[in-house]
Amino acid sequence: MATEWTMGLVGGVVIGIAVSLMLLWNGRVTGVSSIVYGVLVPVKGDLAWRWYFIAGLLLGGLSLQATAPELLAVELQTKTWIGVIAGILVGFGAMLGGGCTSGHGVCGVSRVSPRSIVATIAFMAAGMAAVMFLRKTGMLI
Amino acid sequence: MKYNLGALIVGLLFAIGLGLSGILQPANIIGFLDVFGKWNPTLLFTMAGAVGVHFITYKLIRKRKTPMFSKDWFIPTRQEITPALVIGSLIFGIGWGLGGYCPTVSVTSLASFETRPLIVFVSIIFGMLLFGFLDKKMNLKSKLE
Repeated sequence: MATEWTMGLVGGVVIGIAVSLMLLWNGRVTGVSSIVYGVLVPVKGDLAWRWYFIAGLLLGGLSLQATAPELLAVELQTKTWIGVIAGILVGFGAMLGGGCTSGHGVCGVSRVSPRSIVATIAFMAAGMAAVMFLRKTGMLI
Repeated sequence: MKYNLGALIVGLLFAIGLGLSGILQPANIIGFLDVFGKWNPTLLFTMAGAVGVHFITYKLIRKRKTPMFSKDWFIPTRQEITPALVIGSLIFGIGWGLGGYCPTVSVTSLASFETRPLIVFVSIIFGMLLFGFLDKKMNLKSKLE
């Protein structure tokens, strides 16, 4: 268990370095939902870097898949239809709320943005309620 | 070109960080949110690591006049707490808890070639487009700001 926590911290530090480089190099917040949305509904002249970032996420995933596939192991938690509802809520909610775990949770909280702190508390609390609901109804596999 | 390559490297590093921290396994997300069940605090350490680093670097980097590969900063400056922010984040959180996937994890997990992340990823895209459609039709967001 202790190693799990250490790895959690190490992974977090790497994520912190990644978002810092995005700020230092490109002057941007690493908000993944808005980066993806900018590919779906592109603004002229603001597209290429988004594809490069997404390619980077996939390349990172592929290199993990090649070296330590257990890190990408997909453990089924719930039925498929719950996964579909979950995805729709995540996509919709991130756009309405102006960010997700990366933009609000990491970048926003780091610059002590009141909006991001409120958003992070809200989505964590809602997430906890959702998992409690899954447990109570026996839908968590 | 530097701008694009920078984004590529950031994406790559971000994905490696996600993998190391264990967040690419939905079980760990569900475990973190399962505070009244079998709570797994690992994600707390990840958040602490990421926020801890960026809290310090943010201040140092913002002392520069401009970023290295760009003329301008693109950083949100809004302060006010709006219904859109709170309601959107609550909806996002419910989905996050139900599925164990945030947008970043859903993209990186596509590299596992499993069907589950693909299903969730496509659903997230659908949710985003649904928002865009409703927002265009009825000014959803501006009504809640």
